[in-house]
Amino acid sequence: MFLRLIRPAASLLVLMTALLGIAYPVVITGAAAALFPRAAGGSLIYGRTGTLVGSALIGQRFSEPKYFWGRPSATTPQPYNGLGSTGSNLGPLNPALLAEVGANVSALRDADPGNRMPIPVGLVTSSASGLDPEISPADARFQAERVARARKLRLSTVEALIAAHRRGRLLGLFGEPRINVLELNLALDRLH
Amino acid sequence: MHPGVLFALMLSAFLGLVLLVVKPLGTYIADVMEGRPNFVLRAGAPIERLVYRLSGVDAGEEMPWARYAIALVLFNVLGAVVVYALQRLQGHLPLNPQQFAAVSPDSSFNTAVSFATNTNWQAYSGETTMGYLVQMAGLAVQNFLSAATGICVAIAMIRGFTRHGAAAIGNFWVDLTRSTLYVLLPLSAVLALVLVSQGVIQNFAPYRQATTVEARTQTLPMGPVASQESIKELGTNGGGFFNANSAHPYENPTPLSNLLEMLAIVAIPFALTYTFGRMVGDTRQGWVLLAAMLILFVPLVVTAYHFEQRGNPLIAARGIDQRAGPAQAGGNMEGKETRFGIAASALFAAATTATSCGAVNSMHDSMTPLGGFVPLFLIELGELAPGGVGTGLYTMLMFAILGVFIAGLMIGRTPEYLGKKIEALEMKLASVFILTTPFLVLAGTAVAVATAAGRAGAANPGAHGFSEILYAFSSAANNNGSAFAGLAANSVFYNVSTGLAMFLGRYWPIVASLAVAGSLAAKKRIPVTDGTMPTHGALFVSLLIGSVLLIGVLTYVPALALGPVVEHFMLAAAK
Repeated sequence: MFLRLIRPAASLLVLMTALLGIAYPVVITGAAAALFPRAAGGSLIYGRTGTLVGSALIGQRFSEPKYFWGRPSATTPQPYNGLGSTGSNLGPLNPALLAEVGANVSALRDADPGNRMPIPVGLVTSSASGLDPEISPADARFQAERVARARKLRLSTVEALIAAHRRGRLLGLFGEPRINVLELNLALDRLH
Repeated sequence: MHPGVLFALMLSAFLGLVLLVVKPLGTYIADVMEGRPNFVLRAGAPIERLVYRLSGVDAGEEMPWARYAIALVLFNVLGAVVVYALQRLQGHLPLNPQQFAAVSPDSSFNTAVSFATNTNWQAYSGETTMGYLVQMAGLAVQNFLSAATGICVAIAMIRGFTRHGAAAIGNFWVDLTRSTLYVLLPLSAVLALVLVSQGVIQNFAPYRQATTVEARTQTLPMGPVASQESIKELGTNGGGFFNANSAHPYENPTPLSNLLEMLAIVAIPFALTYTFGRMVGDTRQGWVLLAAMLILFVPLVVTAYHFEQRGNPLIAARGIDQRAGPAQAGGNMEGKETRFGIAASALFAAATTATSCGAVNSMHDSMTPLGGFVPLFLIELGELAPGGVGTGLYTMLMFAILGVFIAGLMIGRTPEYLGKKIEALEMKLASVFILTTPFLVLAGTAVAVATAAGRAGAANPGAHGFSEILYAFSSAANNNGSAFAGLAANSVFYNVSTGLAMFLGRYWPIVASLAVAGSLAAKKRIPVTDGTMPTHGALFVSLLIGSVLLIGVLTYVPALALGPVVEHFMLAAAK
C-alpha cells in the first residue's frame, strides 16, 4: 500500500510546487506590476536628484529638532533597520521597558524643555515592526512647537500641515487616525 | 465617541462581515468537495484530469480511513523533506538576490515541520534568512497544502456522519486537489492583488538602498510578499515573509489591508460550519457549532481589548498620556503599530489565536498580563473558536462527541450524534485527540523550565519569562505559530523540542479524527426517536461550550496561574 501511494504523493507535490510555488507568484507579480506598479515596488520615494530617499511605508529615523520624530524603534543594531523588523518584546513589568520609556522621555524633554504638555504614549513606546511609518495626531501635536521653533515657522503653519497629512479611520471604524512621518517631513522641507 | 463604544461597533461590523461570508463560502466549499457540478468544477475539470493522469491517481478510488491517513501523512512528510532540502541547498539555488547561505540543520528541520504542519512557528528572521525561491516554492507551497490537508480531514470527518455502512471516507488525492484548486488558490489570487493595491509589495527585485532625509543608509527589503501574505491568512498559516509578520508595513500597510487579513483568517474556518451543516443535510447543525464558537470568541476579544486599552500603570505613573481620544489610540502601545492602535491589535491577536493562524500585527509578548492571557488561552482551548482551516471543525466535532457522551452519562442513554451511535472506540479516539496537545504543552513546558537550555531562552524576567515558555509550547503543539517572541527560540533545544511538539500535535489528532471518521462511516444510521437528544438547539450549544471549557480550564489553570495571573497581580502591586 505504501509503495502504491508514493507515486501520487511525489508527483502531486511536484505539480503543486510548480503551480503554487512558481506559476502563481509569477502571475501575481505580473498582474501587480501592471495594475499597481508603485505599490508592488515598495511605494518608493525619490528625491529631486533621483536618489532613493526611502519608502512611504517604511519609517526612518529622525533625530534633528526640525523634523517630526517617529515612534521609538527596537531594531538592532540601529533604530529603523530595514533588515531587522522587530518589536522590543519587553513585558509590561520588565525594568528594561521602564528604562527605555525613561530614556525616550528624557530625549523628548531635552529637545523641547519648555513643552509642558503630557507626552503621548506613542512617542515613548516601541512599535511592533520597528519600522512604523506613522505617528498619532497627538504625537505630532506634541512636537509641533519644537519643529516650528527650529524652522522659524508659525505654529499655525505647522499645525495646518499636520492637519493636511492626517488620515482617518476606514469607514470611521477600522484602524486609527495617523500621520505619515516621512511625508510630513518632506512637506516641511518643501515649504522653504 | 467613547473608545469602548467604537470598539463594540468595529467588532460588530467585523462579525457582520464574517456572517455574510459564511453561507455562500460554506455552500461553495461543500459543492466543490462533493463534486456537485457547478461552473467552477466544469471549468477546472480538464486541469483536474491532467493532474490525476500525471500523478497516476484513480479519482474514482475510495480509501478506507487507514489508507487515507497514510496518504496524508506521507504527502505531508514528503512536503517537509522538500522544504528542508530547499533551505539546506539555498546557497546553490536561483532567485536569491541577497545570496543568503544555507540555513542550519536544526533551524531547517524546525521550519520544515512548522510549515508542513500549518504551524508556521518561525525561529528565523525572514528578511535575513530566506531567499525568494525558498519563500515561494518551499514555504508558500506548504501554506497551501497544509491548509488543504486540514480541509481534507474536516471533509472526511463529515463523511463519517453522512455515510452509512461504508468502508471508505473519500480519496485524499482528489480532496487535496479540489480544496487547493477551487478554494485556496482563487481566493488567494484575488486577495493578493487587493493587498498589493494597499501597498503590500510583490516583486523579485534585490533589496534597495536608500539615503534617508537625515542622510543615513537604510536597506529596504523586497520580495514576492503579497502572493504569500494572502495564503498565509486564508490558510490560517501565519508565517510572515518578514520577522515582524503582519505588523510589517510591507505585509499589512493600512487599516483596510488589516481588515481583509483578519477576515481572511476566520473566513474559511467559520464557513466550514455551514459546509458541515449542508453536507449532513441539516444546516442548523452547522449554525450551533458557529454559535458555540462565537460565544467563546467574543468575550475573549473584549477581555483583550479592555486590558490593552487600560494601558500599563507603570508607564502612566511616569506622567505619560495613555488616554484614548480623537488624537490617539492611547493604552498599551508598546509593541503596537500606530495604524492599528489598540482595537485592531486586540481583535487581530484574538482572531489569529482562535484560529491556528499565528500571524501577528502586534507583539503579544508586550501585551498586558491579562491582555496576553487571551491569545495564550485561546490557543490552549484547542483553537476551535473557529479554529484553523479544517482543524477548527474537526476539533469542534470531537468536543461534540465528548459533549453527547457526557450528556448520555447524565441521562443514562447510549450517546448518539447525527444518527450515529457514539461507542467505546469513538470515545477512546476522542480522548486521545483531546489529551494529546495538553500533554505536549505541559510536558514540554516542564522540561524547558527544568533545564538550563530551556530557561536560557526566556527574555523577560520572572512570571513573564515563564509565560514565554508556556506560550511557545502551547503555540507549537496546537500548531498556532505565534509567540511571545522575546523567547530566543533559534537554539537546538527549542528547534528540536518545538519541532517534535508541532509534529505530534498535528498528526496524532489527525489520525484519531480519520479513525473516528472511518468508524462512524461504517455504522448504520439509527432513527430519531423521542429519546434522541436534539443537537441543534441552545441546550447542545451550552453542552459544547461546557465541554470545551471543562477540559481547557481544568488542564491549564495551574500553569496559567503561574504566568499571566501572577504577573497581573504583580503589576497591580508594583505602582
